Amino acid sequence: MNDQLEQRLKEAENMPRVYFDHAATTAPHPEVLDVVTRMLNHVFGNPSSFYKEGHKASYMLEDARSKIASLLDVRSDEIFFTSCGTESDNWALKGMALSSASKGRHIITSKIEHHAVLHTAEALEKQGYDVTYLDVDRFGLINPDDVEKAIRQDTILVSIMTANNEIGTVEPIREIGSVCRKHGLPFHSDGVQALGAIPIRPRELNCDMMSFSGHKLYAPKGVGILYKRKGLRLANFMDGGAQEHGRRGGTENVAYAAGFAKALELAYEALESEAKRQMRLRDRLIDGIIQRVPHTKLNGHPTKRLPNNVNVSFEFIEGESILLLLDALGFSCSSGSACTSSSLDPSHVLLAIGMPPEVAHGSLRVTLGRSSTDEEVDRFLEVIPLVVERLRVMSPLWEDYQQGRLASLIPEEGGKDVTILGGYGLS
Amino acid sequence: MEYSKKVLDHFMNPRNMGEIEDATATGTVGNPICGDIMKMYLKIEDNVIVDAKFKTFGCGSAIATSSMATELIIGKTTDEALVLTNRAVADALDGLPPVKMHCSVLAEQAVKKALYDYYQREGLMTPERKEMFKILEEDES
Ligand code: FES
Repeated sequence: MNDQLEQRLKEAENMPRVYFDHAATTAPHPEVLDVVTRMLNHVFGNPSSFYKEGHKASYMLEDARSKIASLLDVRSDEIFFTSCGTESDNWALKGMALSSASKGRHIITSKIEHHAVLHTAEALEKQGYDVTYLDVDRFGLINPDDVEKAIRQDTILVSIMTANNEIGTVEPIREIGSVCRKHGLPFHSDGVQALGAIPIRPRELNCDMMSFSGHKLYAPKGVGILYKRKGLRLANFMDGGAQEHGRRGGTENVAYAAGFAKALELAYEALESEAKRQMRLRDRLIDGIIQRVPHTKLNGHPTKRLPNNVNVSFEFIEGESILLLLDALGFSCSSGSACTSSSLDPSHVLLAIGMPPEVAHGSLRVTLGRSSTDEEVDRFLEVIPLVVERLRVMSPLWEDYQQGRLASLIPEEGGKDVTILGGYGLS
Repeated sequence: MEYSKKVLDHFMNPRNMGEIEDATATGTVGNPICGDIMKMYLKIEDNVIVDAKFKTFGCGSAIATSSMATELIIGKTTDEALVLTNRAVADALDGLPPVKMHCSVLAEQAVKKALYDYYQREGLMTPERKEMFKILEEDES
């Protein structure tokens, strides 16, 4: 087994790398790059200026906005460019908190939101707002009934993500949105991980606000969008000039806005075929990993799942060491292990789906993209058992398990569940 | 965050990984910070550590520091091994990223825990030696 791994490590030096972390970021699409560089080369004017260069820039900016609006099936004046998904989330939550403070100070969100929402909610708590963080089930699903039950007289906003970035679970946001409609509450959804992966049309999804980010769909980093339904009152987050209908100050990044528009166009053109293709690769990976590696479980929902997301936990080993070995073998992946986070806490998402910290420790996330191929999946499936075996041989927990001093939390044949929920009861 | 070449080398090619069937002493410690576990096996003859092996459930830094710790104590007397600090282990690896320093504490503790086991069992525990085991109490609280 070890010889095989050594062999693979040597081979990897001369093989192309496999990028399996598309949920972290994506490389700009060549056509997007083309649009962006052309803009930077030829359209340098400030859209607010009163001469030709300015008009040209303003025209290009509005062109990008209307393209995006039509793809999302909303009005142009409902699309606002921001610097990133995090800014959009901050704006939606803090803006709504500010403009509705006289109505109430209660916000509903979930335990598995991205930090851009969670930490914004926590910041609002410090300002005297009250936040309900809804639980999720073991697949990471939020129950629309729970949303309804959490609504109070003083609730001013509900914010639930469209799809989770770690475990890929796609939330029932249309249903949650209709609960909010019924109660006359604004509903925001962080769609950063979902845009470009699944069909998103904010109106159909009953969303009043949605946050998006360019670099998750092959546009550059540094550009985001907030969709805000016309008529919804939202305080400004970035005060300044009259840009973005006076709602978001700062000279517009015309080149990146145009890049975002191009990226979205490309994504929507191929949405169905790409989703189908990636789902097939995804399921090959999930089935292949669980078949080849004993004591492995799938994290997240088996079917209500982003087409590109694989998240598994390997029992008795730790995630960072998995990533290091995979890196040496040519693969870029990520993990929700405590050791990989700068805070040294296990992923809040994995804990929220009820996973014992020990099992969260051995988690691995593989996220596919347009460049992913069957060959890459084959190569991955060949090496992953070697990686896990190597680390298990080093693990004192594996030794304890094999000598009968420790029960396994994930059955040998793997699956979707942890059978002993409390963990090993260590420390 | 990036590891030094030495850390990566000890992670990729860990020295003295495994078990000692007839170990004189063993020590298992858990890391309260991130939840990792390290087990150290020592073979001691005439107060000299003639062999050491480890098993670790943890990150790259935890594996590399265990590996380095075994290298640093093999051939030493138990008293010499007792003064091994996590700093020394980290320095021998050309340093660790700041967030990973706590993993080296785990290596020091594992060695100490095994030695504690040895001194106690052999009736060799003295007040001076006992002083050296403070680190075990500190971080387990
Ligand atoms: S053992 Fe967890 S960070 Fe090193």
